[in-house]
Amino acid sequence: MNSSQLLGITTFTYLFSTLLYVAMFVFKVKRMGKFATGFTAIALLIQTLGLGLRWYESYQMGIGHAPLTNMYESVVFFAWTIIAIYLAIEWKFRIRIIGAFAVPFAFLAMAYASLSTDMTKNISPLVPALQSNWLIAHVITCFIGYAAFTVAAGLGVMYLVKETSSSKRTSDDKTLLGSLPTLPQIEDITHKTMIFGFIWLTAGIITGAVWANSAWGTYWSWDPKETWSLITWFIYAITLHARYTRGWGGKRVAWLAIIGFFSVIFTYYGVNFILSGLHSYGSN
Amino acid sequence: MGRDALLKEIPHPLSTMSTKNSPPSIFTLVWDFFASVKLALMTLCIISLASVIGTIIPQNEALSWYAKRFGPQIARFLDLFHLTDMFGSFWFKALLGLLSTNLIICSLDRFPGIWKQIRADNLAVPVKRLISMKRNASWTTSLPPIKAVEELTLRLPGNGWKTASRETENGTLLFSQKGAWTRLGVFVVHASILIILIGAIIGSILGFKGSVSIVEGQSIEKIQPFGAAAFINLGFKVRCDAFNIEFYQNGMPKEYRSHLTIFEHDREILQKSITVNNPLTYKGITFYQSSYEGYKDFIVTLTDKDNGRKKTFSVPFQKQTEWQEEEVRFGVINVEAEREQVTRIKIWFTDQDGSPSVFWMDAGSQVAVDREGKHYLLSAKQMYSTGLQVAKDPGVWWVYSGCILMLLGLFTTFFMSHRKIWIFVCEKNSKTSIYMAGSANKNKSGFDGIFSNLADNLRNIKKITSK
Repeated sequence: MNSSQLLGITTFTYLFSTLLYVAMFVFKVKRMGKFATGFTAIALLIQTLGLGLRWYESYQMGIGHAPLTNMYESVVFFAWTIIAIYLAIEWKFRIRIIGAFAVPFAFLAMAYASLSTDMTKNISPLVPALQSNWLIAHVITCFIGYAAFTVAAGLGVMYLVKETSSSKRTSDDKTLLGSLPTLPQIEDITHKTMIFGFIWLTAGIITGAVWANSAWGTYWSWDPKETWSLITWFIYAITLHARYTRGWGGKRVAWLAIIGFFSVIFTYYGVNFILSGLHSYGSN
Repeated sequence: MGRDALLKEIPHPLSTMSTKNSPPSIFTLVWDFFASVKLALMTLCIISLASVIGTIIPQNEALSWYAKRFGPQIARFLDLFHLTDMFGSFWFKALLGLLSTNLIICSLDRFPGIWKQIRADNLAVPVKRLISMKRNASWTTSLPPIKAVEELTLRLPGNGWKTASRETENGTLLFSQKGAWTRLGVFVVHASILIILIGAIIGSILGFKGSVSIVEGQSIEKIQPFGAAAFINLGFKVRCDAFNIEFYQNGMPKEYRSHLTIFEHDREILQKSITVNNPLTYKGITFYQSSYEGYKDFIVTLTDKDNGRKKTFSVPFQKQTEWQEEEVRFGVINVEAEREQVTRIKIWFTDQDGSPSVFWMDAGSQVAVDREGKHYLLSAKQMYSTGLQVAKDPGVWWVYSGCILMLLGLFTTFFMSHRKIWIFVCEKNSKTSIYMAGSANKNKSGFDGIFSNLADNLRNIKKITSK
């Protein structure tokens, strides 16, 4: 058994998790919820083993480093973080149905990582610029932020779906959309998830700046990746301010969560492929 | 400009003055303009949009490059609005200035109100208002009021909660609060942004950035900063003793390493070998490994084993070089290269006696050359120059302090709240009545749980004592 096999299996386990959560939602089979959660937790465990094994394998190859150094590894870690954060939210708020809106993102990420031909899946050694202790801190902080914003976007979609239902302020099993949490509940969780992501994105930008300063002598150079991370930071800063001081809520915040997510994806992925800059390691 | 919800709650003296009496003065109008959150949101939106443009249009290229890519008309337009160096342009800096002014005025405008809330005399709150609070509980107990107050005080939470009490005409009011200071978190975040910007300004005024290339064996003492005509004197000398490059088996670069020595008044001060992510700092100036260049020249060091004489030469490819003292002539006549890095070198070597020695050697190695009656050591390698990024930035510690403050401030703002609990104990119809109320400025649902748990806990006093 090697790490590629384990990570390959992960793609299918997340697909199955997605199906379980969606089936629970569509067919209103509450009993399936526990099974979905348990299965997802096991899937996360398998992926954790896969990542751990990949780390170990890199040491066996004599180039030991954390599996966080190229596009493939980052997408895998992105999926891992989405599931970890989703399970934490499910545990904290005791609402399983969010899984139907959050877990698909992890499946899509894993499917992309497995099927894409744009990026190498090989474990490759670290080029000099990446040989820094800041690497792990920077990647982990950024991806916790990205994953939280992804779950927030899933919640935003959920909010907009619930909005179309006749039972906005209640949660019962009479109708399909009725079984979703109430609008204020979804809004509350979206907001908290965004705050969580915001703090981690802030930490991610800061660790990136400190790293850049120790490698190049410039903590900020308005390179496209940096600039886009700041744009994303501004979008969430605007959202949080609009909510606190102008009383924005509901649909507007749900849409902002989705817009913010597109900015995250562009920062993470788009910049590497469309714009050029310092983060070129990510594009292979 | 609309005032925000925060201010509706606690009217600021300045704003109430202006709205009630005479028409607002110009000062008030300007103040209100800069104190508005709407302006902050607008500025953030504009900076974001500008930044998007700044990432789509490649920055800091030559004007001819833009003309070639976009045509001369558009190139002139881009130049006119400084879109080719947008982030360094006057108008972008002005936007950052507007945001800073907005931040400062906004904070000054709100600070007195928040401070009032922190210092508020919560024991002066009328009982009527307590009963009308969203979170409240009431019950009666058979204990006499004095005893009840005693028992309640004992059972109020510790760890950071501060309790006070006051006798009123009708009974006793107990008040306990935690985290009043957390209301300042938002000011810490806003101040941190200003501190980071101050750090950036300090860096741009008192610091400099540039790059320099040093050929192996040579030294520099001046730097030309980016975009400047004049050189800056470092006040010391930096010599590149050697540059090495290492590769992984798959051909990827593994390490770029420059061995640097600092001299002051021709006296050796320190030596350090730097790599990417591991720079050298001397007198506030830092040297970062950033690039390199391979030459077609070679560095050859010869040692005469018999008399210990030693000399290093820079030798052009396929050109004869002479060591006059030893009457030795030598040259590099051929090389083998991999990925543009010379791996093996073919040397031609002769002295007064005998036929020339011709041999291959690994680049960077040392070989013995045994001639008739003479013995030499020869080492040879390709000549490189190292490209160093040079930076002096006295503002960087401001920036880092600002970053730490920002994280602490965000944590305080988002995860900590100001919680208050009031308990009023009075005698009514020969029974002791207890009214409890509570409020929190954030995470209200979390506080709901704490409040109802505490209320349940306090209700039990009667049961314990009546047994």
